[in-house]
Amino acid sequence: MIVSHKKDNAWYMLFTFPLILIFITVVIVPFLIGIGFSFISWDGIAANPKVFVGFSNYLRLFQDERFLLSGWVTVRFSVLVVVLVNILGLLFSLIVTTQLRSRHVARTLFFMPNLIGGLILGYIWKFIFTDTFKFIGGKTGLEQVFFNWLINPDFAIYSLAIVFTWQMAGYTMIIYIAGIQGIPRELMEAAKVDGANLWQRLSKIVFPLLMPAFTICLFLTLSGAFKIFDVNLSLTNGGPINSTELLALNIYNEIFGYGRYGLGQAKAILFFLIVAAVTLTQVIITKKKEVQM
Amino acid sequence: MKRAGKLFADMLLILFALAFMSPIYLMVVNSFKDRAELYANALALPDTLSFEYYVRAIEKMNFLAAFGNSLYVTLVSVIFVVILASMTAWMLVRRDNRLSKIIFLTFVATMLIPFQTIMMPLMMVMDWIRTNLHIPMLNTHGGLIFMNIGFHASLAVFLFHGFIKSVPIELEEAATLDGCSKFGVFWRIVFPMLKTITITVAILDVIMMWNDYLLPSLTLTDKGLRTIPLSTYYFFGEFTIIWNQAMAGLTLTIIPVVIFYAFAQKYIIQGIAEGAVK
Repeated sequence: MIVSHKKDNAWYMLFTFPLILIFITVVIVPFLIGIGFSFISWDGIAANPKVFVGFSNYLRLFQDERFLLSGWVTVRFSVLVVVLVNILGLLFSLIVTTQLRSRHVARTLFFMPNLIGGLILGYIWKFIFTDTFKFIGGKTGLEQVFFNWLINPDFAIYSLAIVFTWQMAGYTMIIYIAGIQGIPRELMEAAKVDGANLWQRLSKIVFPLLMPAFTICLFLTLSGAFKIFDVNLSLTNGGPINSTELLALNIYNEIFGYGRYGLGQAKAILFFLIVAAVTLTQVIITKKKEVQM
Repeated sequence: MKRAGKLFADMLLILFALAFMSPIYLMVVNSFKDRAELYANALALPDTLSFEYYVRAIEKMNFLAAFGNSLYVTLVSVIFVVILASMTAWMLVRRDNRLSKIIFLTFVATMLIPFQTIMMPLMMVMDWIRTNLHIPMLNTHGGLIFMNIGFHASLAVFLFHGFIKSVPIELEEAATLDGCSKFGVFWRIVFPMLKTITITVAILDVIMMWNDYLLPSLTLTDKGLRTIPLSTYYFFGEFTIIWNQAMAGLTLTIIPVVIFYAFAQKYIIQGIAEGAVK
């Protein structure tokens, strides 16, 4: 009995140890070291000293206007795209779950942008917002709307929002479709027989039963928006005049651009706390609103 | 009357879906135009079908090498993630003690950590391993694969864990009584039953790893090692943007994705839905 127990332990080790070792090396150790680094002032050059500065990195963050602006822009951006992505995704899912014959083609096309990497999407849209927009503006005379959005500090952030929405709407659509298909057909037909119109059926049956899908989609879009990096880098690279430098890019620039490793790492830790707090709060709030069937 | 209305709605939806795809259209048509034509009308179809810019883009991006690198790194990483995570998750479910619970919860909790939070210390750890243990973690595909496995472990363990909980244990017990080792039980009995969730994990990881830019950009410095997102980035950085050539390059990067989507659409959509809902 004891022998077999020992043998079981050996199997347990053999099966779990390789992944756990890799995981500890790649995620856990860097995370813990990262917390340590946030209390240190260092320029990233091995020969230069690392000086312990306590909480002063964190205090400096609150005087760093560029960082504060970046945080504010990130919040505005996230709120905007969470609304846009989910409205569009929900609308798509309602359309492609009808009996229309073109629904399969539409679903395929709506989801497609999500498979393309953010970096490449950013470059495609860069062409659209610069040259194509200028061309359309020149041709139609609507130069108030169609001009190079990427060099205008007020419009550049909306170009980022459009690309993110284009990328994510199809993704949330897939999740909403799964939710809609889980709604019993009898329920909808009964409501129809009782004379409920389309809006009543949507608001009284579909939306309440979709709450679990809302929870997931809001979580995914919110954390995706807060952590956006690739599209930000390729589309605007933070410009013009830092008006679209969102948090992830700001942290990247602080560490690898300016070589302020300690300060950048303090930002990175704070970033983690913000993302965790925002997404967990959202999940708790929307979970409460879910109804049991 | 009703049929006409339905036909109209069908047409409307198709038109809208095509309009939604207009960025792709613009990318493809402009990849064939010369400079004058591109600036004369960015929206029109090209007059000639010249592949000149594709040839140049392939050359400048070193596209074939980048494609090979992306394929190699993604496939090897995904195979390792699937094997290691399914084995780990199985043990964690079947040995349901306190240690297993702690390990599982650690995996799940770390899913909230953004990559930016650990990227810098990660590079320091990898550099430390390189100098002190003499394992070439940086600027190698092996190192990148190692880090890919670590970053995608959490989600994979989480998904396998949830699935294995619903797999009945009786078959495994019968096999053990017949003298099958744990290894045999797992590979002959358990793993084949995990097919649906394995596909989900593989699809999600392929999409994420194939498109990943930041991690490879931090670890790979040699030109010859670059993956597709990396070579695209340098392609745009090194030259002042020549749009027709740039569009040809971008079209090239999207072709593999479209082929993958065309062949695996059913699994991709199922995988996305399952991966998110769990």
